[in-house]
Amino acid sequence: MPAIEVKNLYKNYYPYKSGKFAGIGKPAIENETNLNSPLGAEGINFNVSRGEIFGIIGPDGAGKTTLFRILTTLILADSGMAFVDGFDVVKDYKEIRKRVGYMPGKFSLYQDLTVLENLNFFATVFNTTIEENYELIKDIYQQIEPFKNRRAGKLSGGMKQKLALSCALIHKPSVLFLDEPTTGVDPVSRKEFWGMLKKLKQQGITILVSTPYMDEASLCDRIALIQDGRFLKIDTPKNIMSQYENKLWAVQSDNMYKLLLDLRSYEPSKNCFAFGDKHHVSVDSGQLTVDSLRQYLQQKEHTNIEIREIKPTIEDCFMQLSQG
Amino acid sequence: MSNLIQHNSNKVIIAENLTKRFGHFTAVDNISFEVSRGEIFGFLGANGAGKTTAMRMLCGLSIPTAGKGMVAGYDIETQTELVKKSIGYMSQKFSLYDDLKVWENIELFGGIYGMKDKEIKVKTDELMKVLNFENERDKLVGSLPLGFKQKLAFSVSIFHTPQVVFLDEPTGGVDPITRRQFWELIYDATSRGITVFVTTHYMDEAEYCNRVSIMVDGKIEALDSPKELKKQFNASSMDEVFHQLARKSTRVDS
Repeated sequence: MPAIEVKNLYKNYYPYKSGKFAGIGKPAIENETNLNSPLGAEGINFNVSRGEIFGIIGPDGAGKTTLFRILTTLILADSGMAFVDGFDVVKDYKEIRKRVGYMPGKFSLYQDLTVLENLNFFATVFNTTIEENYELIKDIYQQIEPFKNRRAGKLSGGMKQKLALSCALIHKPSVLFLDEPTTGVDPVSRKEFWGMLKKLKQQGITILVSTPYMDEASLCDRIALIQDGRFLKIDTPKNIMSQYENKLWAVQSDNMYKLLLDLRSYEPSKNCFAFGDKHHVSVDSGQLTVDSLRQYLQQKEHTNIEIREIKPTIEDCFMQLSQG
Repeated sequence: MSNLIQHNSNKVIIAENLTKRFGHFTAVDNISFEVSRGEIFGFLGANGAGKTTAMRMLCGLSIPTAGKGMVAGYDIETQTELVKKSIGYMSQKFSLYDDLKVWENIELFGGIYGMKDKEIKVKTDELMKVLNFENERDKLVGSLPLGFKQKLAFSVSIFHTPQVVFLDEPTGGVDPITRRQFWELIYDATSRGITVFVTTHYMDEAEYCNRVSIMVDGKIEALDSPKELKKQFNASSMDEVFHQLARKSTRVDS
């Protein structure tokens, strides 16, 4: 039995203020009068295996939080079914609430309670004690233990995040839902956080985690790329990267902004994006060779031109899939 | 004020030993740097390193405990209102009005900055064309997709042609394609002489800056072009540079 099972799940927030689709899945007909009917709508499907770290990766507004709220039994879908630990999110919501840990995107602990009081509160709500499951949170909690008498509202972002994770774990959940735990967090703290998730996985906890940072994809066992409520792809990060269509070249020259404009205005290299200190050009290799591109750029008076074939990142894949 | 500051009109931002203390805690610890006109200046640092506090001082919102600062030629301690008039600011939290139309938001902010009605109208037409927003002009801002909103928020922040614009994590949570389009708007603004001061947690975006400073525990630990920083730290990317530096942090509060 998978830890999470999602079958044709569909949710639409119509009438939403924008009058456009917002939610997860794809409505039957994309005009305003039909948006609120789930009839003929297309839902999303996926399974998460026990002990897996499964990433939902996509920008704000893609439907990540909606999916998390349905799976944690906080809202109802319009159609389709979902099971967590084999329990139905509609019928067995009480059972699911006992078994899952949920860390929402917005900090939702009690700001007026201290670190220790918050942790105690959540332990009590779940009929357990801090002592009983201390082993599970030890590594994380020890980092904030020196501040255990400080009010949660007075903690820094990084410490709040650690407290929230400790509270979500205190009843030893079998499935952990983390909605954008690293948004707005600096790269060093982000890496540290993923280290903690890896340790939790080793203790057998299944983790569903969402993030807008594409570079975190490679830390998941499998990922779903999501945009506008739909999955663009579900697979291991490795498989997604190996399925990239076309070749990918990294191009550099002395004037990077002019280089971008020149690459864009040349038909065979028009599919081009800035990528750190290089530009990534997606090329249909039949159409263009490294030499012919070099020649074109030399004509445009570029100096110190470097062109190298590279392996695509998840971000390259996301951009290709979201355009297609 | 030193002579250096008075004679250097090409420097849009000057910080000299800028310091901010809250009680016993030194949030910003004696930082000095200059930013030239038309430059894209990346202001990086871990959470809690003091970036926001430094930025608030430069925007005239918080008075330094010690040190001096000039922004757009005005003293950030004694001429805060003039500083505010000469800058643009885009916060990390979306700050346009959702229940006003696109053109109404532009008119409101243009008006606040003292622009004339006629100028607002002409420039609004221009902006709608550049952004390809002509069909969105009469729509409520709340109904626009996030990517549109961010581009609009940036355009509004430079609508009154400030000398310098402060961008606080402008691309957080934005999809990868829009994130790149956003940076093209930044390049375009600098080509018109606007100076850009930007914070980000995306290290690939640090590479798009002319120069980058990295704050650790309230101090600026490194400041140079991305190319020189990578050389100096023997790193292949800005991400590596950042990790090497941020590891030095001893602040518990990170």
